[in-house]
Amino acid sequence: MHSNGFFLKDVAGFLGGYYSCIAIMNGIAALILWRKKGQVGWALVWTALAIAMMVLASLALSASPGMVPALPASVRSLVNRLSGPMIYTLGTFALLAVLFVFRSFFVKPMVAWGILNAMLVLMGLSMADENFAAIVMKPDNVPIVGLVFLLAFFTWLATKQAVVNDDRIARGLPTVEKENDEKVLVWPDLVYTELICMVAVMAFLLVWAIFLPAPLEEPASSVKTPNPSKAPWYFLGLQEMLVYFDPWYAGVVLPSLVVFGLMAMPYLDFNKKGNGYYSIEERKFSYLTYQFGFFVLWITLIILGTFLRGPNWNFFGPFEYWTPYKVEVLNNVDLPQMFWVNLLDQPLPKAPAGASGLVQAGYVLLREAPGLLVMGAYLLLLPPLLAVTVFRGFFAKLGLVRYMVMANLMLLMLTLPIKMILRWTLNLKYIISIPEISLNF
Amino acid sequence: MAIGETIRNSQIWKSIFRHPMPLDRRNRIVVMLTNFFLHLHPVSIKKQGIALSFTWCMGGVTFFLFLVETVTGVLLMFYYRPTLEWAYNDILALRDVTSLGILRELHRWGAHAMVITTWLHMYRVFLTGSYKPPREFNWVIGVILLLLTLLLSFTGYLLPWDQLAIWAITVGSNMARATPFLGYEGPGQQLLTVGGIDMITDASDARFGLLGARFVGEETLNRFYVLHCIAIPLAVALLLAIHFWRVRKDGGISGPL
Repeated sequence: MHSNGFFLKDVAGFLGGYYSCIAIMNGIAALILWRKKGQVGWALVWTALAIAMMVLASLALSASPGMVPALPASVRSLVNRLSGPMIYTLGTFALLAVLFVFRSFFVKPMVAWGILNAMLVLMGLSMADENFAAIVMKPDNVPIVGLVFLLAFFTWLATKQAVVNDDRIARGLPTVEKENDEKVLVWPDLVYTELICMVAVMAFLLVWAIFLPAPLEEPASSVKTPNPSKAPWYFLGLQEMLVYFDPWYAGVVLPSLVVFGLMAMPYLDFNKKGNGYYSIEERKFSYLTYQFGFFVLWITLIILGTFLRGPNWNFFGPFEYWTPYKVEVLNNVDLPQMFWVNLLDQPLPKAPAGASGLVQAGYVLLREAPGLLVMGAYLLLLPPLLAVTVFRGFFAKLGLVRYMVMANLMLLMLTLPIKMILRWTLNLKYIISIPEISLNF
Repeated sequence: MAIGETIRNSQIWKSIFRHPMPLDRRNRIVVMLTNFFLHLHPVSIKKQGIALSFTWCMGGVTFFLFLVETVTGVLLMFYYRPTLEWAYNDILALRDVTSLGILRELHRWGAHAMVITTWLHMYRVFLTGSYKPPREFNWVIGVILLLLTLLLSFTGYLLPWDQLAIWAITVGSNMARATPFLGYEGPGQQLLTVGGIDMITDASDARFGLLGARFVGEETLNRFYVLHCIAIPLAVALLLAIHFWRVRKDGGISGPL
């Protein structure tokens, strides 16, 4: 769908205010830096940016096509064409990896401020696209936009403190938290902070409630299925997993394992360091595991499920119109098919007609032998193998039971990315497929 | 000032507040010990334990949002009727004609915010390693509270009874249909038969237990309403009490040892 005058008129006021807010934000930053000695250069940079934002704001308010700042159509269609579940997931992973490796650079306030500005401007430019705006401005999707910025901010805040602490620990100094251990009275120091927080949250909530009406669609009808039908946003990561796994695993077993794994965490993490202060270096393994689970397997999947999955749960680029007529070729094959038919050039093993139940079960096991062996090796052979190699230290510290719980939780968590990669590269549908008892994996 | 003085010297005031204004050190300590609402807190605390850059105040904000949800929710209960006949119309009226219909916006956005702040609180607790001994069990309670927060939001999602609501709940609850052994489309349910009769059918499986019916209907609305307004909030209130109590008993807010 092409942008038209009506859409631009609707969005112009919002964009004008939006760019003005960025301008004010940068103006304040420049003012603060100006009054600090020795930061004049940065103050000038942010002043220039503020002026540029005022220009963008006035262009946006013109509400005329060609004037409202937007990404060029060629860029948008390129992004649409390039984006897909694989590029999106691997790209996010690579981005997070770069941010992590070069964290001591990215946490510098001026760098972080620049990234924030870039995120905001990119968001504004994208909002001038009708298809992008239609999805992002859906009332129930607004919280996820907020979540992205909040997570970025708090991750920056935590990483910055961790970088400082790690540096101090390396130089043999106490952590910042340790230095700050002077005792103060809760009244007034804490209760006033709490009061201010309450007032601020209430004010924020009131403004949100006044400006954004809660969604209310047509009355419920059990015969009119919307396309796409989506779960509430916080469950969309799970719904996205349905692309790769059957509901019994993606919707029941994996979420239960997430809850169980979170509960088990304090009993599996034997590292005594890093308790009560921000640190990454002292607890790299648990840090990276948690961040991988939280960001790559939870948050990015929610964003994918919310913003990039359209009718028939097809993937749509961020600037693509959600047409229900998009056709995606599904030529996924099961592992038994790959093994028996494609590799050995034989038909799938099948019990002769009229065979007893036991014989039939035997044939099913034979048919599924490749998948069962692979999964058996993955879950039964890999933990002991890891225990004598990379996880040797863990095994010694955790003991058999706790080690097996930890190793199996890790391996089950990794089934998701592994299945994703197998799907993208080999079009693998199921590793084990026993429809006789509705067991597909 | 004289009138303020008179009030503060009156028998009524003194029966409520057993001490003078908390302006000096002694009374600032006494106020924390004698006030019911403040006694959750310790009297004094390490400076880093209240630094916003350390705590993000996210646990507190989550609790505050729970209170906002409770107050707005009770007020909405006066108006909203959870029946097929009225549910949608009541929400429509809240949007279009009712004074203070904004309570619904506050309730809905507060709920979304509460899910986010719960995640952020958990994120902070992880990043500062605060789940480590001696706070392991309080982390476990926190995980249960996270689950209950999601269930509160999920059950509330159905109540407006519009297309968004029933199809989101349909998609979400369809998962229960695939529960191993206990869902009628789940792996292994075929094995649960007695004398050739299936034990697990679409009228006896996990999904039926959740919805009270074979599909999202009036029974589901009633079931989710009771869960949303009574059962889950009571469980959350109890666990919150334990969660806060354990924060104190496990040594207060975490800090370097």
